[in-house]
Amino acid sequence: MSQDTSFAASSETHTPAATKSVAELKQIAAQVRRDIVRMVHAVNSGHPGGSLGCTDLLVALYFKVMKHTPQPFDMDGIGQDLFFLSNGHISPVFYSVLARSGYFPVSELATFRKLNSRLQGHPATHEHLPGIRVASGSLGQGLSVATGAAQAKKLNGDNSTVYVLMGDGELQEGQVWEAALYAPHHKVNNLIAFVDRNGQQIDGPTEKIGGLGDLRAKFESFNWQVLETDGNDLEKLLPTIEEAQGLLSNGRPVMVLMDTQMGFGVDFMMGSHKWHGVAPNNEQLEIALQQLAVEKAGDY
Amino acid sequence: MKDFPYTESKDTRSGFGAGLQELGRTNPNVVALCADLIGSLKMDAFIKDNPERFFQVGIAEANMMGLAAGLTIGGKIPFTGTFANFSTGRVYDQIRQSIAYSNKNVKICASHAGLTLGEDGATHQILEDIGLMKMLPHMTVINPCDYNQTKAATIAIADYEGPVYLRFGRPVVPNFTPADQPFEVGKGIVLNEGADVSIFATGHLVWKAILAGKLLAEKGINAEIINIHTIKPLDARLILESARKTRCVVTAEEHQMNGGLGDSIAQLLAREEPLPLEMVAVNDSFGESGTPDQLMEKYGLNEQAIVAAVEKVMARRK
Repeated sequence: MSQDTSFAASSETHTPAATKSVAELKQIAAQVRRDIVRMVHAVNSGHPGGSLGCTDLLVALYFKVMKHTPQPFDMDGIGQDLFFLSNGHISPVFYSVLARSGYFPVSELATFRKLNSRLQGHPATHEHLPGIRVASGSLGQGLSVATGAAQAKKLNGDNSTVYVLMGDGELQEGQVWEAALYAPHHKVNNLIAFVDRNGQQIDGPTEKIGGLGDLRAKFESFNWQVLETDGNDLEKLLPTIEEAQGLLSNGRPVMVLMDTQMGFGVDFMMGSHKWHGVAPNNEQLEIALQQLAVEKAGDY
Repeated sequence: MKDFPYTESKDTRSGFGAGLQELGRTNPNVVALCADLIGSLKMDAFIKDNPERFFQVGIAEANMMGLAAGLTIGGKIPFTGTFANFSTGRVYDQIRQSIAYSNKNVKICASHAGLTLGEDGATHQILEDIGLMKMLPHMTVINPCDYNQTKAATIAIADYEGPVYLRFGRPVVPNFTPADQPFEVGKGIVLNEGADVSIFATGHLVWKAILAGKLLAEKGINAEIINIHTIKPLDARLILESARKTRCVVTAEEHQMNGGLGDSIAQLLAREEPLPLEMVAVNDSFGESGTPDQLMEKYGLNEQAIVAAVEKVMARRK
């Protein structure tokens, strides 16, 4: 196995000023997508659909937007922007992005979901994997945790930002709406939340299973500032995040509704709930990797 | 039988409030959260002194547990306050994933535990909370017996790294623990040395055990009475030492038999020193409305019940 470190971060803090071009980010995203399909294929389990759909967001955050220090990993993250993954089942994209931004060796992706690995099926702090600050997997909890972390930052006089990603099916959990009521009420203005609006959940389309309806209207009525964007187009996603950062000065958190396609980047996985939690076979893996070409392959 | 003089009776929840107020003065990292029960939890003094370190969550306990987990990221020591029922059963998965599995330094402070909540009835009288919490890896479970001990425990857990469940209650009970007694997590306290039977009690049943000890002394029975304020980690050394001396054991708690202190001690004895054991606890039943004293009598959690259990277990002793 070769290990290309061309995308790996140095131990220095990433800052928004020292970032990559959109073209470079697209190459990183393609490499991350290669990691995702290879990871789930290797253990014949895991969740490729949502991982591929959210790749562009996580690449944007970790390689351009967030100010963060991969090493040494600091759980408290004082002075750093923080990211929380509430829909923990898309752990493949989280692990790949963490590894490729320097939190742990890229080669460790080969241990995903295996016995004695730090890369558990769903993210956990229990095995002390750098970059993970709370366990997630049981849905609906991440917005609360991220809000608490954001309030800790305010108490500490730390003006960095907390980001959190939720799935859209996850919004059927009641705790999300408890947190959604709380954060604007408490003027948590250092919190940007994202919803992965791919319209799919395990049993089918969200609007057939438990209709979410007009999410903009719902969150606006909860007093959030709401933005909508294309979560699979970095040219649109990056300016939206910048706009969200600007809106925080109004004294309220921001909810970004991202239209995405589950399985984005692999044509036979795109847009269907069928690839929520199914791994590709050998032949499908080869086709997927052909579609996810990168200029300079860096597979682990 | 030793005498346990006291000058006043107070509620354990007020001990929590006093401890929290002191932490507000001494530990700048302590923050508090409450789910619309400030008065019941006696959190007013902390809030008055430290309004910026208090978060009113409203009636949203699941969110409160998640917020608390998040506040630890950045070095805060969150103390959550609500009734024991809403601190455990209602939010079990939030505690399990975001606090216990993630090993967050959250102090879950739970009032109105058990039957002594009284007239509100079984919806609020949780008798399963010790069991729920002790089953979680990483979780420490503490059930102090009076005002002074609850205050001391509250202060002590701020310096005890990791998730803690602190259980206390509503009724006014004798405040007999010395105010200057340090609280050591996981260390039982021998209240009365005796040779005939070991009584291990926790929470409100500690005072009932003392009352039982007096009744037993009148019958010529010399009971060893030990306050097990920490159910997890269990003070196995102290418990085995006493049990090996007296050769029979009674446990007493305001909780279900399943999952409580008696259950933990039965496991310990079965593994290390099989001896006859009787449990004074609620036997697979929900509570009901009534005054605390009426309920403790009806459900067999008073000094007479402890005396009966002692006589039964001593008869079983070989």
